[in-house]
Amino acid sequence: MTDIISVQGLEKTYENGFSALKNIDLTIKQGEIFALLGPNGAGKTTLISTICGLVNPTKGTVKAGDFDIISQYKAARGLIGLVPQELTTDAFETVWATVSFSRGLFGKKPNKALIEQILKDLSLWDKRNNQLRQLSGGMKRRVMIAKALSHEPQILFLDEPTAGVDVELRRDMWALVRKLRDNGVTIILTTHYIEEAEEMADRIGVINGGEIILVDDKDALMKRLGRKTLTISLYKAIEDLPISLADYPLQLSDDGLTVSYEFDAQQEHNGISHIIANLQAEGIEFTDIQTQESSLEDIFVNLVHQKDDAA
Amino acid sequence: MNVHSIAAIYQFEMFRMWRTKLQSILTPVISTSLYFVVFGSAIGSRMEDVGGVSYGAFIVPGLIMLTLLTQSISNASFGIYFPKFSGTIYEVLSAPISYVEIVIGYVGAAATKSIILGLIILATSTLFVDFQIQHPFWMLGFLVLTAVTFSFLGFVIGIWADGFEKLQIVPLMVVTPLVFLGGTFYSISMLPSFWQGVTLANPVVYLVSGFRWSFYGSSDVNIWISLGMTLGFLALFIGMTAWIFKTGYKLKP
Ligand SMILES: Nc1ncnc2c1ncn2[C@@H]1O[C@H](COP(=O)(O)OP(=O)(O)O)[C@@H](O)[C@H]1O
Ligand SMILES: [Mg+2]
Repeated sequence: MTDIISVQGLEKTYENGFSALKNIDLTIKQGEIFALLGPNGAGKTTLISTICGLVNPTKGTVKAGDFDIISQYKAARGLIGLVPQELTTDAFETVWATVSFSRGLFGKKPNKALIEQILKDLSLWDKRNNQLRQLSGGMKRRVMIAKALSHEPQILFLDEPTAGVDVELRRDMWALVRKLRDNGVTIILTTHYIEEAEEMADRIGVINGGEIILVDDKDALMKRLGRKTLTISLYKAIEDLPISLADYPLQLSDDGLTVSYEFDAQQEHNGISHIIANLQAEGIEFTDIQTQESSLEDIFVNLVHQKDDAA
Repeated sequence: MNVHSIAAIYQFEMFRMWRTKLQSILTPVISTSLYFVVFGSAIGSRMEDVGGVSYGAFIVPGLIMLTLLTQSISNASFGIYFPKFSGTIYEVLSAPISYVEIVIGYVGAAATKSIILGLIILATSTLFVDFQIQHPFWMLGFLVLTAVTFSFLGFVIGIWADGFEKLQIVPLMVVTPLVFLGGTFYSISMLPSFWQGVTLANPVVYLVSGFRWSFYGSSDVNIWISLGMTLGFLALFIGMTAWIFKTGYKLKP
C-alpha cells in the first residue's frame, strides 16, 4: 500500500514554550483506518491540526498525497476533510447552506445531487432546512461530518468523533466510517476510547506526552504486547495453591474452583506446561482450560506506564 | 484564482447582511436621516452657505463618509471576528485557499455592503436637500476606494480583537471622533489657523475633503493630495493585513 500521509521529524512548540509534539515520524497508508490513541493532552489534536494547516509546525515536514502541506498547501489541503473535536457551527445557517458553503470553500463546483446523497447518508435530509441552532449535539456532529465530506476528500480526519455521543450514534458513526473506507477514503481518527480503536482501526498509533510511543497493526499490537490470562477450572474446590507452584503469580478464586494466571504472550517460556504438569502431579483435576488475550485497554495502560518508568 | 472559494466566502457574508437587513441597513439609514433633519434642516436653515453651497448640502458628503467609514470597519471586523470567536474559522484556514483569496472574500463583501449603504444614504439625502454631483465618477471612485480601504482596517481590527470590547473600541474611540473633527459638519477654513494646522494631522480630513470636492468642485485640501492620502491608507492597511497572514498572527498558533 502507498503512503498517503507522511510526517517526518515534526515538532510543535507553542508560543508559551510548551512542546506539544516531539519529533513525530508517522506514515498513514492509503485506504486504511488509522486510530491515534492517547489520553487527553497527548497532542492528538495538535498533530491533526498541524497536518490540516491550522497550526504552524515548528520543525519537520508533512506530506499529504505527495504534496508538502506548506509549499503545496492547496493541493495537499484539497485532499483532506477535517471534522474537528469542538462542535463549531454557524447557529443561524441552515444545514443545506452550511454544507454547500463547505464545498464551495474547497473550490468545488456546486453539486446538489452529491450534497443530497451525503445528507441522506447521515440522516440529515429531513433537517436540511433547519437552522443549526435547532439541532441536537449529535446532529451537529453529523453536520460537521457532512461539511467535511462535501468536497469529496480522499483523507478524512475525525478528531474524537464519538466523544460525548450516545451509543446509537456511535454505532452509526462506526458504520459510516467503514462505508467510507470501503469507498476508498483513508480515515484517521483520534480517540481516547480504547474500544473505539480496537473496534475500528486497521492500525493504531499510541501517542502520549507529544511522542508516538508505537505504531502497529491492531492485531499485531494485540499479539506483540498483549498479555494473556490462563484460566483453569477445577473439578473440586481447593483451599490453597500447592507449594510447588509458589514461584508463579497464580490467583485462586474465592470459591476455590478457578485458578488464573496472567502471563506475557511474547515470552517463550511462559510456564504454562510447568503449571499444568504440577497441578497433575499434585492430583488436582481440572475440567477446563482457556487462555484469553487482554484488552487494548490493558495494553495501553502498560505502555504508558513503561514509558513513564523509562523516563 | 480560486473563484468558487472566493464566491463561497463572499456569498456567505452577503447572506449574513441580508439575514440581518433591519440592523445592517435600516439602522444607519435612520441615524443619518436624523442628522439631516437636525443639522441639515433645523440648524442648517439658520447657517450661512459654505463656499457657495447650502449648509444642508455641504454636510451630505461628510455624512456619507461617516457611514462609509464606520460601516466598513464594523462589517469587516465583525465578519472575520465572528468565525474566530465561534471557532468556525477552522474551515477557512484548512481550505485550499490562499490568504489573498480569503481577503478578497471578506474585505470584498464588507466593502460591497458599505458601498450599498453609502448609495442608499446618498439617495436618502436627496429627500432632505437639493444638491448636484459635479464629478460623479470621482465620487464613485472615492466611495469605492474609501470602502475598500477601511474594510481592510476593519479586517485587521477583527483579527487583532480578542473580545467584543476591542472590536468596538477603535470605531467608537478613534474613528467617530476623527470623523466629527475631520470637517464633516464644517469647513476647516472656518477654524482659527492654529487649529487648521492641527486638523491637517487628521487623516479623515483628506477623505471628506476629496469626497466633497467630487460633489461641489471645491475643497479644503487639494484633490490630488486627498487621493494620495487615501491610497496611502489603503497601502498601509493592506500591508498590515499581509503581515498578519505572513506571520499567522492571532490566526494560527
Ligand atoms: N494554543 C496552545 N497553546 C499552548 N498550549 C497548547 C495550545 N493548544 C494545546 N496546547 C497544549 O498542548 C497539549 C496537547 O493538546 P492537544 O493536542 O489538544 O491534546 P489532545 O488532543 O491529545 O487532547 C496540551 O497540554 C495542551 O494544553
Ligand atoms: Mg484533542
